Amino acid sequence: MNASLLAGEALAAVVQVVALALGAPVLLGLMRKVRAHFEGRVGQPVVQPLRDLRKLFRKERMRPDQATWIFPAAPVVLVATVAVAGAISPLVTTRPALGGSADLFALVYLLLIGSTVLALAGMDSGTAFGGMGASRAVTIGALAEPALLVTILALSFGAHSSNLPAIVQATVLHPEILATPQRLFSLGALVVVVVAESGRLPVDNPATHLELTMIHEAMILEYAGPDLALVTVGEAMRLALLLGILVNVVAPWGVGAADSLPAIALGVVALAVKVTAAGVALAVFEVFTAKMRLFRLPELLAGAFMLGVLAVVSGLVVR
Amino acid sequence: MTGSFYASALEIAVSVVLLAAMVTLWRRSVRAIVRSLAVQGFGLATVAAVLGFHLGDPGLLVVAALVLGAKAVVIPYLLTRLVRVDPGSRETQPLVNVPASLVAAGALTFLAFAATRSVTAVVPSIAGRLIPVGLASMLVGFFAMFTRRKAVSQIVGLLLVDNGVALVAFLATSGVPLLVELGASLDVVLAVVVLQVLAVQLRTRLGAFDLDQLTELHD
Repeated sequence: MNASLLAGEALAAVVQVVALALGAPVLLGLMRKVRAHFEGRVGQPVVQPLRDLRKLFRKERMRPDQATWIFPAAPVVLVATVAVAGAISPLVTTRPALGGSADLFALVYLLLIGSTVLALAGMDSGTAFGGMGASRAVTIGALAEPALLVTILALSFGAHSSNLPAIVQATVLHPEILATPQRLFSLGALVVVVVAESGRLPVDNPATHLELTMIHEAMILEYAGPDLALVTVGEAMRLALLLGILVNVVAPWGVGAADSLPAIALGVVALAVKVTAAGVALAVFEVFTAKMRLFRLPELLAGAFMLGVLAVVSGLVVR
Repeated sequence: MTGSFYASALEIAVSVVLLAAMVTLWRRSVRAIVRSLAVQGFGLATVAAVLGFHLGDPGLLVVAALVLGAKAVVIPYLLTRLVRVDPGSRETQPLVNVPASLVAAGALTFLAFAATRSVTAVVPSIAGRLIPVGLASMLVGFFAMFTRRKAVSQIVGLLLVDNGVALVAFLATSGVPLLVELGASLDVVLAVVVLQVLAVQLRTRLGAFDLDQLTELHD
């Protein structure tokens, strides 16, 4: 492999992480703006989450007295795992540096490390709500996991590989596989899993102020100042990353080889447009959706699992 | 119609049939269950239409129109009228809960594929490879019939079985003669009318569409 291509791939990986870190809070602001628009409010400026982060980073560190080292470590681990996942995923280019290690299974468990440390930190703070939120979050994660794994299996049939860049590359080369039932079923399952994993409606209400209905917010209730800023960035990046992976699996256009600066720039623009569209669609959907009862969630995620199974079945038999 | 377009159109239409069968197990509101039955009828009509275009058989297109009228419009309309008597009707307590039903439905789908392996070997066409989906829809219909409590959802289960049979017929024989399909469709519409009358009777006697309350014989 020649040196310039290698440099391009390394640059693309860095660009992806920076785009995620800066773009994710703006995406969050945009989604809030869409919601405000539909509710007849003006809403915050789109860049408000970035300003909030700046404010939080300048605040004093406050941690619970009883908390162990897990509590301060969790936000750092969360952001680090999401950043690594963002660096190796095919967001801007189909060939980011170290893309060979972006196996979908590895990626899923990389993201799961972040969720797990956050759940541990929720219990570590020693409050009732932290433990409750952690227990709920882990339950949802455990229910979403089988659906996600089955869906990955179905996605990997088309590309004969569970490597995410390879799957996106195969879709770029053979766009007709997008119209197969296998891909349509996996898309349905992926959407449900992404909504569940990123804690959006109808699974979890990210804007709630009522502790008893909280899932993710209850888990991070004890965080303040710079720690809270890191958690917020990590969660926003995870949402943006999941949406980015989703849109690139569904519509892999504008994702090219990272051989030149214009190609990388094009990739960033294409990613921004697609993720914005997906985020706005999700926000509009959320406006018209009520939060589901916690005990009804297994039904929703079992539905996603069923879609995954159907995808596998049609992938095994039809092609 | 070009080969690959035919193949993916047929695959997607058949998948819609299977998906609609699964959705009847997924949703609790009886109204939504009837709606997904209508979607399945639409998918079935599309299968017939795609086969008709591919084979250049105008008779099959008439069959498709017939299926569309009977299974996507008339029958769902009759069932909707039944639901309107009791609009908030929900499957609150199915005998097997929803997540377990869905897992069972996935297992039944695999069973259908395993059981029809010898059949699909005989019909070496794209349509032949999709025959198991028809069987899967039948099995899901049976499952819905014996795990759901409301009269309407049990009728829907019966119709899922019927749609599955029709799908297998379309795929295995590359189209059913018009006369046969006419007879079958009329039969089903008639059966739904009779079941509707029975369900209304049930409601006036028991005040509910819940078949589990039928525990003793009356004269």
